[in-house]
Amino acid sequence: MRTVVWLLVALLFVLHQDFWYWDDRTLLFGFLPIGLAYHIGFSIAAAGVWALAVKFAWPDTVEAWAEQEGDADGPEAAGGAGERAG
Amino acid sequence: MSLIPLYVVGAYLFLLLILGVICSRFFRGTSSDYFVASRSIGPFVLLMSVFGTTMTAFALVGSTGKAYADGIGTYGLMASWSGLIHSAVFFLVGIKLWAVGKRYGYVTQCQYFRARFESSKLGYLLFPILVGLVVPYLLIGVLGAGAVVSGVTRGMFPDTFENGAVPAWLTGAAVCAVVLLYVFLSGVRGAAWANTFQTLVFMTTGIIAFVLVARALGGLAAASEAVAANDPNKLARQHEIGKIQFFTYCFIPLSVGMFPHLFQNWLTARSAKAFRLTVIAHPVFIMVVWVPCILIGIWAAGMPLGVPEERQNTVLGAMVGRLLQDPWLMGLLTAGILAAIMSSLDSQFMCVGTMFTNDIVVHAVGEDRFSDKQKLWIGRGFVIGVVAVTYVISLFAAGRAIFPLAVWCFSGFGALFPVVFAAVYWRRATKAGIYAAVIVTAVVWFVLFRMSGYGGEMLLFTEWLSTDDQHDGLMPVAVMFTACLAILVLVSLATSPPSAATIQRFFPKALKGMPT
Repeated sequence: MRTVVWLLVALLFVLHQDFWYWDDRTLLFGFLPIGLAYHIGFSIAAAGVWALAVKFAWPDTVEAWAEQEGDADGPEAAGGAGERAG
Repeated sequence: MSLIPLYVVGAYLFLLLILGVICSRFFRGTSSDYFVASRSIGPFVLLMSVFGTTMTAFALVGSTGKAYADGIGTYGLMASWSGLIHSAVFFLVGIKLWAVGKRYGYVTQCQYFRARFESSKLGYLLFPILVGLVVPYLLIGVLGAGAVVSGVTRGMFPDTFENGAVPAWLTGAAVCAVVLLYVFLSGVRGAAWANTFQTLVFMTTGIIAFVLVARALGGLAAASEAVAANDPNKLARQHEIGKIQFFTYCFIPLSVGMFPHLFQNWLTARSAKAFRLTVIAHPVFIMVVWVPCILIGIWAAGMPLGVPEERQNTVLGAMVGRLLQDPWLMGLLTAGILAAIMSSLDSQFMCVGTMFTNDIVVHAVGEDRFSDKQKLWIGRGFVIGVVAVTYVISLFAAGRAIFPLAVWCFSGFGALFPVVFAAVYWRRATKAGIYAAVIVTAVVWFVLFRMSGYGGEMLLFTEWLSTDDQHDGLMPVAVMFTACLAILVLVSLATSPPSAATIQRFFPKALKGMPT
């Protein structure tokens, strides 16, 4: 399912280029330009795909790892402080 | 002309100060609480603060003006791309940075990059570049606030100010002072709460403005039919926006991965789960704010409003001022627009102070040299300096279109996205690769920015990419991004990889569950 979610994200990336409505001035419901309506639908679809990502591709292990004590002495540890000391 | 709109705006600014005072009661007095709210922010406030931070004058004033000039394609350029790409960055980069930040106690981007790339001096390179790119972002807010209030108050003070309008310098000073005060009172927690409040205000008032403007124009259908009759190109993209330009705008929303203020917002999250709501709701929230602005912009073109395109910043203020005669409503809507602007300024002010304190001062002299209280005042002092510089620049940049200026700012951050993505996902990325990528990106950005006339609209390779009936070309960000990525990869592969200890620290097995 995780693969399907990322394929859907890729599909949305492609579908953003709606050449087919490029010169279409049709007003949906009498007021909404069709090119704008398409991209409103795109935004809603994006929210739907991200909901799927949260449900099926959520990184469950991150939370527990982040909660553990750091194995160094604060943000200045590792390379940054080492180089300064040197 | 009634002064009620100004009183309403004044009351709103006063309300924000009260909120700052209330938030200050929750302030724990530590620098950790001031800078990252003790990492205690839940899903709803995180959504509101992240969304409020990313929606600025650009989203309201800029989008309306751009739609007035270029039509409905403005939504696809920024809003729908952002709905897809912002959430992708939150999901793929934000959560991982939150985890690393929480575990190792990072507060700023520079702290993370210094440790990840084993280089103390990297922070000294990144700091001026990041702050330098934040300044135009602040400028957008100050200019936007001035343009809107000036448009709404036109004719209100005929004997005092030019055109009888509250001048931009006065609005800019008032907005900066209020935001500085409530941020100083309560730190990032106050900014997050104020953002939540202000996001609710500007979303609500935006919808109200949309309904009232539509009603004043004779209804939704009448307003759009006027566009079809008077300026039909605004209903489509043909003759307004090129296909290659439209596609290459996709690089711009990547900027959220490198915004220092968003990095700080992410670190305030209580848990990784707090991101879920933000990832899902962000595209819809963008839609709710942008669609009314785009429609108001094209309706203004269809009226026609008569504002020259180079003064597109004033379109939203002019529409509200001309069409809505009720002074209370006018004041409320102006306050709503200012809310969107201030909800970005506060996070930006906070992050600039945080970065200076932690990345420059504390890093140079050590953690224990200053008390927590002294650190807060050092950060505040630097923020005042940056705001003063921005304010002075705004006096000379008055009237400059917000949309292209914002695009240049976002382009700089977006072009640097390979740096953060490589930091998070590519073990082989090296210190030399990052230095080279950052320097090359900064140089390319500045050269192109200068060629554009310091913030004008610009497309590249137009002589090859334009067609007979459409001016088209690459957005400069595409070139900057490619340069950054290419240099990063080539130099990293040509230099020694990071130490095993660093790889172990930043690529533990537990994070392998992250999408790659």
